[in-house]
Amino acid sequence: MHDPADLTTPTPPPATAAPVLLRAAGLACGYGAGAVLTGVELTLRAGDRVAVLGPNGGGKTTLFRTLLGELEPVSGTLERQARCAVVPQTERSRLDFPVSALDVALMGAVSRLPWWRRPGKADRRLARAALGQVGLAEHADRTFGDLSGGQRQRVLVARALVQDAPIVLLDEPFTGLDAVSADRLEQLLLQLADEGRGLLIATHDVEQARRWGTVLCLNKRQIAYGHADVLTRSVLEATYGGEIVDIDCAVHGHHDVVLPAHHHEH
Amino acid sequence: MHPSLALLTWLTDPWTEALTRRALLEVVLLGIAGGALGGWVVSFNLGYSAESLAHALLPGLVGASLLGAPLLLGGAAGLLVAAVAVAVAGRIPGLDRDTAVAVVVTALFGLGALLALSPDTPAGLQGLLFGDVLGVSDTDLALAGGLVVVLVGALTVLHPRLLVIGLDRLSAPALGVRTLTMDVTVLVLLAVTLLVAVQGLGNLLVVAVLIAPPSAARLLTRRMAPMLVVSSAIAVVGAVAGLYLSYYAGTAAGASIAAVLVGTYLVLAAGTAAAAALTRARTRPTPEPAGAPA
Repeated sequence: MHDPADLTTPTPPPATAAPVLLRAAGLACGYGAGAVLTGVELTLRAGDRVAVLGPNGGGKTTLFRTLLGELEPVSGTLERQARCAVVPQTERSRLDFPVSALDVALMGAVSRLPWWRRPGKADRRLARAALGQVGLAEHADRTFGDLSGGQRQRVLVARALVQDAPIVLLDEPFTGLDAVSADRLEQLLLQLADEGRGLLIATHDVEQARRWGTVLCLNKRQIAYGHADVLTRSVLEATYGGEIVDIDCAVHGHHDVVLPAHHHEH
Repeated sequence: MHPSLALLTWLTDPWTEALTRRALLEVVLLGIAGGALGGWVVSFNLGYSAESLAHALLPGLVGASLLGAPLLLGGAAGLLVAAVAVAVAGRIPGLDRDTAVAVVVTALFGLGALLALSPDTPAGLQGLLFGDVLGVSDTDLALAGGLVVVLVGALTVLHPRLLVIGLDRLSAPALGVRTLTMDVTVLVLLAVTLLVAVQGLGNLLVVAVLIAPPSAARLLTRRMAPMLVVSSAIAVVGAVAGLYLSYYAGTAAGASIAAVLVGTYLVLAAGTAAAAALTRARTRPTPEPAGAPA
């Protein structure tokens, strides 16, 4: 068991030679004057897969919007060395909207073009290649809303590839995926990291976060950032604002389960 | 007379007069514009806004016609007054936005109708309510032609960005699309289209050409660009069919066009629903006979 002092002194990530894509120091994020999230200190390098953990309302979305440049930092500094793309939750897309998978992938080209330019032949080739890379080449002409949740998620990853952004933010991409789709997506993310992209992946799965190596824990402030070793019981409790119980399950083995904060207040 | 010649006569008979030929050109132009813009009006859930804008500009039209000013100017002034009134009404505490719009639009429409139907008002103003496609001037035709050019050009250029907003409005800024700019652009195009189309099709019926064709086209297409083309085609064919109906049945032109367009949608909706039910019934697995071994 780690000392609770870990909470205040986050372990620095292991030093590597990979180029820095993003650096935040003393960053506070929020809307207007009010900060929703404070104390963000992180360095994202090419090839990093960072699991972003935290409760809903803990500041994950606000951090993403700040990194994308949609929100100005409330205070602190944010240096972006490269373009930033986002893979939103597919539940937010309108499934009755008449677009093909290729149309959606091609939307990635829009961000690189001035407003009067339409995506051209080269962009279409790029979009088809991106769909091929996520394993959906044969589904390019299918209606986006007719695809499975996992396939839609991969189309949105292809869109980020067409944006050609070295930094990719993924907003809970594993939500609602079955085991097979989740495995495929995990392989894809590993591949993207190997190509030298830096990924920030919001997730609720602590075991998954441990596998990826680097974690960022947020709960209205940065709780911890660094190697997955920082995920001690006290860090998880501070992140989720609750109490951890150990559960030994005959099927799944040993698990940490977080009880919500209000559970022990009465 | 040979049957095919009789059919030809039947088809060409309505267009022997310049008056009806101008009406034909006007509805073809408005069909192209309304069908294409309507695709985005339906996709962006702006049907209620379109209806509201059309009704709210009535007092402006009536006022302009009473003063002898150009109708276009009056309609534009009417839209401006409506926009300000809606913005002010939206700030009244305890009144939600839809209710505020409804109150303002009903008040303005009532005022317009009161002016248009009072005994002192010169005759012909009911044309503003139900349209007077047989009375279109050269200026009206030129305006409709200009509208088609501007609208098709704008929708072509903006198409990729409108697609981004249509799929997922919240993610649009991350793809470099300014949602406010796009929303204002679509609303301005809508207001201009209503202003030009309202004189031919009438205040009460203009929305039919914006809503019914894209709703029908959506049933037949699976991608946005073909949907807009099919929508325009349905609007043009429906509008011309409406003029035939009007000529041979002696019904009002605007109302006939609206009836044909809405009828087309209803027939297609019923047809696709029936086809879907048939496919489901055919692909349903035959149930296992009771007591069969598993």
